[in-house]
Amino acid sequence: MSSSAFIKQLSGDFNNLEKRQSIWEKLNLDLPLLFAVVVLTGFGLMVLYSATDGNQADMRRQGIFIALAFIVMFLVAQVDVRVMRRWAPLMYLGSLSLLVAVLFFGTTANGAQRWLDLPGLPRFQPSEIMKLVLPLTLAAYFSTRPIPPRFKHIFWSLVLMGLPAVLISMQPDLGTALLIAVSGVFVLLLAGISWKLVGSAIGVGVLSIPAMWIFYLKEYQQQRILTFLNPEKDPLGTGWNIIQSKTAIGSGGFYGKGWLNGVQSRLDFLPEGQTDFIVAILAEEFGLAGVLLLLTLYLAIIGRGLYIAAVSNDMFTRLLAGSITLTFFVYVFVNIGMVSGILPVVGVPLPLVSLGGTSIVTLMLGFGILMSIHSHGKTAFRYAN
Amino acid sequence: MINDITLKDHNQERRIFLSRLLIGGIIALILIALLISRLIYLQIYQYEFYSTASDKNRIYSQSIAPTRGLIYDRNGVLLADNKPSFNLTVIRENVRDMDASISLIQGLVELSDAEVDDFKQRLRRRRVPFSSVPISFALDEEEIARLAVNQYRLPGFQVEAQLVRNYPLGAPVAHALGYLSSITEEELRTLNAEEYRGTHHIGKTGVERFYEPVLHGQVGYETVEKNARGQIMNVLDRTDPIPGEDLVLHLDSHLQLAAWEALGDYRGGVVALDIETGGVLAMVSKPSFDPNLFVGGISQAAYTSLNDPIETPLFNRALAKYSPGSTMKPFIGLAGLEYGVRTKDYQIQDPGYFILQGDSHIYHDWTWWLTETGHDLVNLAKAIYQSCDIYFWDMAVDLGIDRMAEFLDQFGFGKNTSIDISQASQGTLPSRQWKMETLGQPWYPGETLNSAIGQGYTEATPLQLATATMVLANKGQWRQPILLKKVGLFSEDLQHESSIPDIKLQNPDDWDFIHQAMQDVVHKDNGGYRNNGTAYPYIAMLEKMPYHMAGKSGTAQVVGMAADFDNNAEVPEQYRDHALFISFAPVENPTIAVAVFVEHGVGGSGVAGPIAKKIIDAYLLDDQGQLKQKFLPEPEMSLQQQQFSSVAESVGVL
Repeated sequence: MSSSAFIKQLSGDFNNLEKRQSIWEKLNLDLPLLFAVVVLTGFGLMVLYSATDGNQADMRRQGIFIALAFIVMFLVAQVDVRVMRRWAPLMYLGSLSLLVAVLFFGTTANGAQRWLDLPGLPRFQPSEIMKLVLPLTLAAYFSTRPIPPRFKHIFWSLVLMGLPAVLISMQPDLGTALLIAVSGVFVLLLAGISWKLVGSAIGVGVLSIPAMWIFYLKEYQQQRILTFLNPEKDPLGTGWNIIQSKTAIGSGGFYGKGWLNGVQSRLDFLPEGQTDFIVAILAEEFGLAGVLLLLTLYLAIIGRGLYIAAVSNDMFTRLLAGSITLTFFVYVFVNIGMVSGILPVVGVPLPLVSLGGTSIVTLMLGFGILMSIHSHGKTAFRYAN
Repeated sequence: MINDITLKDHNQERRIFLSRLLIGGIIALILIALLISRLIYLQIYQYEFYSTASDKNRIYSQSIAPTRGLIYDRNGVLLADNKPSFNLTVIRENVRDMDASISLIQGLVELSDAEVDDFKQRLRRRRVPFSSVPISFALDEEEIARLAVNQYRLPGFQVEAQLVRNYPLGAPVAHALGYLSSITEEELRTLNAEEYRGTHHIGKTGVERFYEPVLHGQVGYETVEKNARGQIMNVLDRTDPIPGEDLVLHLDSHLQLAAWEALGDYRGGVVALDIETGGVLAMVSKPSFDPNLFVGGISQAAYTSLNDPIETPLFNRALAKYSPGSTMKPFIGLAGLEYGVRTKDYQIQDPGYFILQGDSHIYHDWTWWLTETGHDLVNLAKAIYQSCDIYFWDMAVDLGIDRMAEFLDQFGFGKNTSIDISQASQGTLPSRQWKMETLGQPWYPGETLNSAIGQGYTEATPLQLATATMVLANKGQWRQPILLKKVGLFSEDLQHESSIPDIKLQNPDDWDFIHQAMQDVVHKDNGGYRNNGTAYPYIAMLEKMPYHMAGKSGTAQVVGMAADFDNNAEVPEQYRDHALFISFAPVENPTIAVAVFVEHGVGGSGVAGPIAKKIIDAYLLDDQGQLKQKFLPEPEMSLQQQQFSSVAESVGVL
């Protein structure tokens, strides 16, 4: 095929597309992704209503945050993400300094210093910002470097990853630190880092577990892992959450006990039923059917995200979309895995469902980026022609 | 060229990326499949298990202990009821700092370190989550107030009310009623565990024990839904407990307290029986204990004092066997008449001692140690009111031990004839057969002499003595002793057919003869020393009595030979004789039978007799010291008078 014919064919296609360009495309919104997210947040609010026992304040706050998150998503989608590539180093340094600031000026809650109270701004967790800034930075870094990455680039990317991870783990918030590191690792993996390196890294990781256990993990973190291995050891103490959440899930059966009929949550057997353990309430009230619906919605989002990454036409947006999507998957998997007892308890909320504004805004910002990549990718391509 | 390479690189980079993305997607799908299979495992395969676990989580079946039946005396005076008691309890799961809280509490209420240790032990036991564990019992109002003020500093602690047994009269009725205490492991094994779920205490002795099944009632159940903090959210199902039945006893608390007072500082036992019914009017054992102590958990110091080897306050002396001594003489004398061994007029010349044929031992009368002379001429009546041993020894030789035992058996000696006093000793009624069976030895003639004056092997409880006296007063008509009058405050009295055959004498006048002789013990004053009743100087001589009292004293040797001591007063207390007295009154219309036992009291007539008299006074006399209307001997009335009086009664004239 000659190049002119190829271009002609493409432009023809786009001409056709342009004719059918819908209102959603004009608004730079991706309809399948939007649809899945709207259904998911709606379902999530329903579950949350039950989990909070219809608590007005909680519901209003969550509703406001979801609305805010949709606005953020919409606004981000209007911006061509590729513009951000240039800003990546600045954003990275800014976020990093916020993380440093947290260690000195952060607000302490539940024994961890995670929040930052800046004048004129709502209280927020800088680590949430880093969740998007790190993959963005790494995607930007690798987009101008050869693929698969060279060793020295891998080294520098690990430094970029390690700095925020260490800072966050000092708060301490090991769960978030790991998840942020994971989002960076996804960029590396998608960039084609050799399997040999991955394999040896995993090997070193496994071998260093005893040392980590002794020198690095705090007592409560060790406790969580021990509890995961044997929750029955202290059923009233540390094992309580996981035993109760498994009971809630299992007693739901296939069809569930019905909305607002979950006794485990209504009688307060599930601590954190509105936040990290909300899927247990969903499973109790809506049964396996409800969980399958939830997983279907997540799969739709993940599938759409991977598709957007796949059809994207430059390495920066590919890596960014891929990392955002896979990290999102990790959130889903870790949360449901922990609540159903196949992973140790780490404080990871169920994306878009758990009570808590910051994480929803961050996630939706990520989806805004995906939409921007998709929407502006097409137009950029068209302009290129 | 450079462009081409770059273009080629771009494609390759895209391929690498896509392959990695594909792998990522596949791994994600596998992990999602893993999650789904986990959920299928939990929600489908383990559904039954977790469904049950969920119900168990929230649905508790808890038993509701029935309210224990109350106990009243014959006049409706409360002897045992249930009163609320306030305990400080704690739900461990809600406590922030247990040690700090406990030291704070120790500043507010009386709580010893030993009690704290006990509490910590209770806390360690297996129990339902969020259940309350008691830390301090029986708080008073001031303590409750102090705790209330500090409530905000004591999360997880609360004051809980529960009903505990209460005995308003305390120690004086303790031995008759018995007491409640914590169910022991051993008792748990024999109990119907279902019925006692939720009940912490059980009757240990006395009425509380014998009528435990009646008093306890039936356990109720409640199925409740609890939240994770153990608060009851909903009652799903409830079966009310059936409270235990109230009991009304024959016991007369007024008489019981009078008997308690009459014993004074002596240790001893008293039983008073209602001759008409056999009902136990009073049953006192002294020293006693506060039965309320056992309910709330007894302190070590209190428990030690209850185990004092001499005082033995837990030991019921009214039901324990002792040598009855001369109180046996009226019965044995009656046996002599019944078997034709002696006539009423038969007399002996009493030298003050007795020599059994073929025996070198000289048997001295109890008075020998005072006078070294005999009672002069003695017939049966005098042998009773003067308590002459020689007469009875002489008669016993002719009567023989077996006939003696056969006759005494009819009065309930050697067995427990009571209906609901299961803890009473059976006593000992010796005979040839008994001795061979229990000791494997033949009977010696000298032992017959001992038995004739209620010594030797012969042993009887104050309850048996009172019972035999009642039967004697009743001229052989049997009533079995019983504590329970009726079940329920407003129901009919229980009727008991005596299962023991009445005693039919060949000559029924013999009853009156013995009654008279026993009346003489108390009232006979003719002729001064050695011709009056033994108890006369201590009872009838002191005041004019509005009724006639029949009685017989007994002074039982504690050690074999008191002869080593000239005078009982010099004897160390634990070797002094026991004093006993049996009596009934009024002689013309026997109403009450009383047996008094005074441990180391020395004088049957001098110590035990006046006690018996005080008890009978308390029962028969009103505030002015006059015989109560209902105990007056019925005047002979013409048919007309009877009709008038019954009409007058019905219209309320009289």
